[in-house]
Amino acid sequence: MNELLSNYLPILIFVGLSGVIGLALLVAPFLIAVKRPDPEKVSAFECGFEAFEDARMKFDVRFYLVAILFIIFDLEVAFLFPWAVAFGELGWFGFTSMMIFLGVLTIGFIYEWRKGALEWD
Amino acid sequence: MVLPYIFFYLFSAIVIASALMVIASRNPVHSVLFLILAFVNAAGIFMLAGAEFLALILIVVYVGAVAVLFLFVVMMLDVDFAEFRSGMLQYMPIGALIGIVLLLELLLVAGTAYLAPEGAGSGVLPIAGGIENTRALGQILYTRYIYLFQACGLVLLVAMIGAIVLTLRHKPGVKRQDIAKQVARGKSGLEIVKVESGKGL
Repeated sequence: MNELLSNYLPILIFVGLSGVIGLALLVAPFLIAVKRPDPEKVSAFECGFEAFEDARMKFDVRFYLVAILFIIFDLEVAFLFPWAVAFGELGWFGFTSMMIFLGVLTIGFIYEWRKGALEWD
Repeated sequence: MVLPYIFFYLFSAIVIASALMVIASRNPVHSVLFLILAFVNAAGIFMLAGAEFLALILIVVYVGAVAVLFLFVVMMLDVDFAEFRSGMLQYMPIGALIGIVLLLELLLVAGTAYLAPEGAGSGVLPIAGGIENTRALGQILYTRYIYLFQACGLVLLVAMIGAIVLTLRHKPGVKRQDIAKQVARGKSGLEIVKVESGKGL
């Protein structure tokens, strides 16, 4: 148990170190940098006209379709990992079980290909 | 060894705090970012419990995919902050009801583990010692729990077909490349014309 956790100690050190560096880079400008603001300096720096509207707008729903198809195949791959690790002990039953699972998802994949869900327009 | 306990309390405190911020922050995009923080720390708790595979899958699937999907949904809404606030009182009763049901269920689980500790894990297959996490999952998931596994496949199939049926709208009048048709075309329909110089067709 503790042996398992001590395997992850380098990751912990890495996360802590990256947090410290990130925080240091955020905080250091407040302490070190010279600050002499005037109205022109702090106003928005861009060319052209004032903004017409809010930058938040509705996205096309097709992005959502791509994302959800990605999640489904992501989960399929997640199921493949333990199967591959335990492959030697599973035998024909486990192999067939996974092939049926993959077959069911391949039916969905063929459907989505034929419907043109993978094409943008 | 006291270190795992310290990290357990650290992770759980961050999970609870960021879960509170998910419902308390005004900007829905910030809510989703706090949700990601909660997921990552929940993965840390899984890791402390010795469930390595689940912890990493939580990061890959939830942080990598589901949270991005939530961000899409939030951005697809027309983000109108005043409107979000106004619906709060209206949804309060049903939210409270769901919260109470969840709390009761959690109390039942915790009460069973406290009152009858020998009965709590009776339906669970013991993991043989010296077998790593992923292998132990793989040994039972595809054979012992085959019906649940195949049901997962069917659920994924339904999700795939449902998403396509609900959201796929082709623009009319878009010319698409049909490669089989293109290859099978041959020279029919083509005409080779000698064009004299200085003249058009």
